Amino acid sequence: MSDQLIIIGGSAGSLEVLLQILPRLREDLNIPVIIVLHRKATNDSLLSQLLSSKTTICVREAEEKDTIQKDCIYIAPADYHLLVEKDKTFSLDFSEKVNYSRPSIDVSFQSAADVYRSGLTAILLSGANADGTEGLKEVVALNGKAIIQHPDTAEVDFMPKAAISSGIAHTIMTPEEMIHFINGVGV
Amino acid sequence: MEVRIKEQELELLLNGLLDVHGYDFTSYSKASLVRRINRLMSVDKFPSFAEFWFRIKSDTVYLKRFVEEITVNVTEMFRDPSFYSALRNNILPQLATRPFIRIWHAGCSTGEEVFSLAILLHEANLLNKSLLYATDLNPDVLEEAGKGIFGLGQMKQYSENYIESGGRQDFSSYYTAKYDKVKFKDMFRKRMIFSTHNLVSDSSFNEFQLILCRNVLIYFDKDLQQKVFKLFDASLERLGYLALGSKETLRFADIVKKYQQEGNEKIWKKIK
Repeated sequence: MSDQLIIIGGSAGSLEVLLQILPRLREDLNIPVIIVLHRKATNDSLLSQLLSSKTTICVREAEEKDTIQKDCIYIAPADYHLLVEKDKTFSLDFSEKVNYSRPSIDVSFQSAADVYRSGLTAILLSGANADGTEGLKEVVALNGKAIIQHPDTAEVDFMPKAAISSGIAHTIMTPEEMIHFINGVGV
Repeated sequence: MEVRIKEQELELLLNGLLDVHGYDFTSYSKASLVRRINRLMSVDKFPSFAEFWFRIKSDTVYLKRFVEEITVNVTEMFRDPSFYSALRNNILPQLATRPFIRIWHAGCSTGEEVFSLAILLHEANLLNKSLLYATDLNPDVLEEAGKGIFGLGQMKQYSENYIESGGRQDFSSYYTAKYDKVKFKDMFRKRMIFSTHNLVSDSSFNEFQLILCRNVLIYFDKDLQQKVFKLFDASLERLGYLALGSKETLRFADIVKKYQQEGNEKIWKKIK
């Protein structure tokens, strides 16, 4: 079986969902998780610290050339695109914003799909723009799995609705269902 | 689905570029290259990789476009204000004691950071004894940089960055605006030398007191990063400074033992 990876993308209203999910992930989760969140371009690690305080799993900001470890949750740094290389290390990229966003969820989803293919699960959360939809298309085209937050549970449902209406194969989940799903991956 | 470059095609393209045109992108991080190549093939509507590659091989005008689109030329004035504040408050006062200050901006792109530093030097009364060497592999962006002309639309953001970095002057006094462009005063441009330099293939060309190379190394693989660090080390005076981008580090470099980080910013002093 190919290596597995879970990548989560979100924008407005998604932090609350993560704060709900993270504390309930099993400690021995043996699969890497990458989180790509839209936020202000300030150069700080507040988000990593906040999320880190919610779980005993190691949470750190992804650094360029870091090898992706199975027991870690990685946060895309502010104001850079986060990409995954074939040798399962990270690259950062300070090119143009995509969907007015850097980091862009599309960029990270596409790049992770290229490497992890059928081993990839991409989860798209609440948000107010259409970033993520193109990325999910690539994930599904390369036999990965697309999960979209149930719009009724999303604080801002534009992002999930945009992805759902694009016609790609997907599963809709509430945050509660996501917790069970993630805890069950690789068991 | 749109055209996507395959692994073997990427190899063909990179080796071919080196053989045919002398551009060496073989040690660049692949994920970012692949993304930009796919984007370019899609924007320029190439039906297949073969046609794309034929055009690059045979059309030198298109080759220019390719190089410009493949290399990242996104930059800002006073990006990361805390970095410029550290330069202003901690580094420039050290450099002020030298009789002459030579600075190298490696991978300067369209020059926004070079002009930012020139403003700092001016405010520290050091501009007249400084020379800023600004290099990039791409001659077209250098030509842009040399004009000192930037979009008026960005000035609000740049002015805010400037103030956040500790700037106390009226930022708009440094340029004149015309239509949708601004031109920075000639006194800055006069202290700058623009020249092509390829970090992959060119060697050291002078000795500097300060080298800035921000958000360039993130596009290189580990081996090329090490090679460039050696090049910087060979180009830096003892007690000189090396400044990197906010997500770049000297921590894993072979030369790190000779350097000491200055505070929290990505600035290292050569101590040996």
